[in-house]
Amino acid sequence: MRRLLALHALLVYFFLYLPILVIVALSFNQGRRGVRFTGFTLDWYRALFQDPRVLEYFLNTLVVAFLSTLVATALGTLLAVGLVRYRFPGKGFLRYLLYIPVVVPDVVMGVSLLLLFALAREVLGFPRLSLFTVILGHITFQVAFVTLVVRSRLLLLDPALEEAARDLGARGWQTFWHVTLPLAWPGVAAGALLALTLSLDDFVVTFFTAGPGATTLPLYIYSSVKLGVSPKVHALSTLIIALSAFFLALGYALSRRRV
Amino acid sequence: MNEAATPWRRAFRVLVTVGPGGLWLLLFVLLPTLLVLVASFLTRGPYGELTGPLGLHNYARLLHPVYLEAFAQSLLVGVLATLLSALLGYPLAFYIARHPRRDLLLFLLLLPFLTNFLIRVYAWLVLLQREGLVNALLGALGLGPLALYPSFFAVLLATVYTFLPFFVLPVYASVERLDWQLLEAAYDLGARPLRAFLHAVLPQTYPGLFAGSVLVFIPAMGTFVVADLLGAGRVVLIGNLIQQQFGITRDWAFGAALSVFLMGFVLLSLYLYARLQGERGLGHGRSPYPEDLL
Repeated sequence: MRRLLALHALLVYFFLYLPILVIVALSFNQGRRGVRFTGFTLDWYRALFQDPRVLEYFLNTLVVAFLSTLVATALGTLLAVGLVRYRFPGKGFLRYLLYIPVVVPDVVMGVSLLLLFALAREVLGFPRLSLFTVILGHITFQVAFVTLVVRSRLLLLDPALEEAARDLGARGWQTFWHVTLPLAWPGVAAGALLALTLSLDDFVVTFFTAGPGATTLPLYIYSSVKLGVSPKVHALSTLIIALSAFFLALGYALSRRRV
Repeated sequence: MNEAATPWRRAFRVLVTVGPGGLWLLLFVLLPTLLVLVASFLTRGPYGELTGPLGLHNYARLLHPVYLEAFAQSLLVGVLATLLSALLGYPLAFYIARHPRRDLLLFLLLLPFLTNFLIRVYAWLVLLQREGLVNALLGALGLGPLALYPSFFAVLLATVYTFLPFFVLPVYASVERLDWQLLEAAYDLGARPLRAFLHAVLPQTYPGLFAGSVLVFIPAMGTFVVADLLGAGRVVLIGNLIQQQFGITRDWAFGAALSVFLMGFVLLSLYLYARLQGERGLGHGRSPYPEDLL
């Protein structure tokens, strides 16, 4: 039984890694088409780096990811603290709202934001679809995830620690800054990392909220793939795989340290 | 919390913590959702703008066979992807949970998962194309090149590949806090392995199974990217219809009706999931949602 389980696991892991390994291998392949390895080359990477647009898209992706993560982490952490520590009217409703971005398919979220921006433009003359609207869209789904992650961390904390801080004369913000936040930190870090990954990964919401000049890497990959399989995309994909592995290893190291 | 705090101070604290995030959710989650609902009752104008008259005409259009077929396809992808994920993911979760290096195995499970979604889908396009690796292997076996892409099969395969970790993680969470003494008790009472598993192990993993099914089923039904790239127009799901209405067709009113339909379907399945979980008396205790795993 154990050996059967082990064999099954081996096959599933093979299934998980095969596509990725093929992409990485093909990025170093001289042949343009097919899977026959005709020789090692770095030409596709060279072509990638010589394309000034790719650098621009990469920077767009990073700007969106870091700005949206920053805002979403701040909003989400505060919201989680408020939800865990206080009772207030509308709390139940707010919890339902939090789950909408988590459970509703991205397409629906993308088009609903598109409608919102279209209406806002009609009524207020603002905003035009651009990198700015992409950032607003990303913050929206990130806030929900950050809040849920930080909240689950806060629920594990002992409220006596905060009471002790207050008994010792700490004011509200002092308690928050010196006691609550440091204790919640692993949750905040995990939430921020999740938000960052979600942003780097997002295609659908970006697709509907991006205006001209707001191309990100996933949008670029999508349009290249629509035009046909290209070794340059293999090279780009390999670099992105390496980057995700780095971020995941970082998160893994952070989460282990807390134990 | 603080007995000494005046009501005003408390209200101020709530405003500072919940205010910004709450306002964001009202503005960017609630308002857009209401807008979709309103738009679904409007009409496409001559230039693709939204105008009156108000009515249920967009919903009436949903009954056209073309759209019904897309719903059926979406449902089929959702159900089959969930079943295949269970087949692959359920035993895997047990293997990982009982492995001495389970941290590493989880890490290895998440690594491909955190690789860009589009790249994961694209990789299957590369593998399944006519000159791809799968056809090369089939050719070596004398099975000639098959038209694997574009096809329903390709869409299903990539969907399972993309969402499999969503299934494994909640099941893993259930297995990790499994009470193995119940299994021993079943053996002591003379149960055979299958019976012992069905009565002492499987019920304990229901919360994980349900959560995993929902987490695979919803995105599998709702995505348009996988069907767009690997179905190449031959496999049309609800997500693809929505994208078309907001893209080339520019009939936002009908697209909104499709979105409301999809959203309603998702919420209904979530409701049924909650009911089912509650009925089995498993709705209490720790939730098996992935948020717990972070």
